[in-house]
Amino acid sequence: MKPILLITVILLSISCNAQPDKQQKDTPTTTLSRTQNATTEANWPSPNKYVEGIPVYESYSDIAPMFALKNDTTYVINFWATWCQPCVKELPHFEQLTEKYKDSKVKVVLVSLDFPKQLESKLVPFVKKHELKSTVVTLLDGKYNDWIDKVSKEWSGAIPATLFYRADQQYFLGHSVESTEELENVLNNYIH
Amino acid sequence: MKLLQLFVFSLAAFVAVSCGNPANAEQTTEATNTEKTDTQAEAQTVANTAPGKVSVGDKAPDFNLKNVDGEMYSFENIKDANGEAPKGYIIVFTCNTCPYAVASEQRIIDLHNKYAPMGYPVVAIQPNDPAAQPGDSYEAMKERATEMEYPFLYLFDEGQKVYPIYGATRTPEVYLVDAKQIVRYHGAIDDSVRDAENVEEKFVEKAIEALEKGQEPKPAKTKAVGCSIKTV
Repeated sequence: MKPILLITVILLSISCNAQPDKQQKDTPTTTLSRTQNATTEANWPSPNKYVEGIPVYESYSDIAPMFALKNDTTYVINFWATWCQPCVKELPHFEQLTEKYKDSKVKVVLVSLDFPKQLESKLVPFVKKHELKSTVVTLLDGKYNDWIDKVSKEWSGAIPATLFYRADQQYFLGHSVESTEELENVLNNYIH
Repeated sequence: MKLLQLFVFSLAAFVAVSCGNPANAEQTTEATNTEKTDTQAEAQTVANTAPGKVSVGDKAPDFNLKNVDGEMYSFENIKDANGEAPKGYIIVFTCNTCPYAVASEQRIIDLHNKYAPMGYPVVAIQPNDPAAQPGDSYEAMKERATEMEYPFLYLFDEGQKVYPIYGATRTPEVYLVDAKQIVRYHGAIDDSVRDAENVEEKFVEKAIEALEKGQEPKPAKTKAVGCSIKTV
């Protein structure tokens, strides 16, 4: 049965590609299934390409719609990098949030700010090794002064940093978290 | 079989979302609204974290910190490359370990070499707690300064007393302070901290040139991604 289903999926995705959206340049690999639900959400921004299944956004304008979705999902968007120790240390709490709220309208997105030259050598192996369940994307835009304020005026630029939002409500956390409860606390108290 | 049903169902949902023409039409109209909602959301944001305590126009707090040569330095005894009282100070919170600080290291050296003779020496301050980041111990700072032949002061914020007063949050982060010890520029060295090759605008250099002409630096405040300052 399985091969037939797989073929159906492939056929369907090919037939759907008639959309005028930016095309996926790289062939999505198995890791893509993790992010597939992300890419099918209405208004979810199309990446410029994929690196081993990880969506890559080249400039902030490409990813901007991800910060302005108007639906009833709460987005927890964390900025991190594999080279950032406190970021890596707090990742398990975001993973727990993903696991705990998998049937709720809470979506965790881990936006990697890794060096563009280290996607394949650092980011991809990290994501595979830790089997990250949260949606992982990467943003390459290094002209930070042009877009940091667009994420949140409160953000100094230090990472880790996390933006929580649902439609018009938002809360910005400019430091690392020590527990999953800390994240849940924001969800419960600041996003209604 | 159950799994199969679920799969087929989600497949149908997937097709409905990605292939349906009405859905596409909706996508286009909503996309045009995106920018508007973005600004609205920004306007509604309530400040809920402490902003930097020292802003452009404020007096820069003095400090008395140990340099890698063992001497203590504060505004009073810092000199420019000619041994004169500086016209300004390029205070850079930076460290050994942050990849963005490392990527900026040569640019910090270049800044000092270009501007210290003009009266604007670099004063680097290492704010990380070595207990949290062993690679930023005083010994490691000394080694790095020797190895790279730092031409500028590399001061250790022992006990992390200075960076919180400034409200610095990351490395690298610059405060350009004038002779009257007023902060005139705060932010990034340039517009491409990660990658020197892509620099288009040198914020600190522009700010110093503005001061030299008796003008206000523009921009006077910028932001960049950096490593958060490490504490235990």
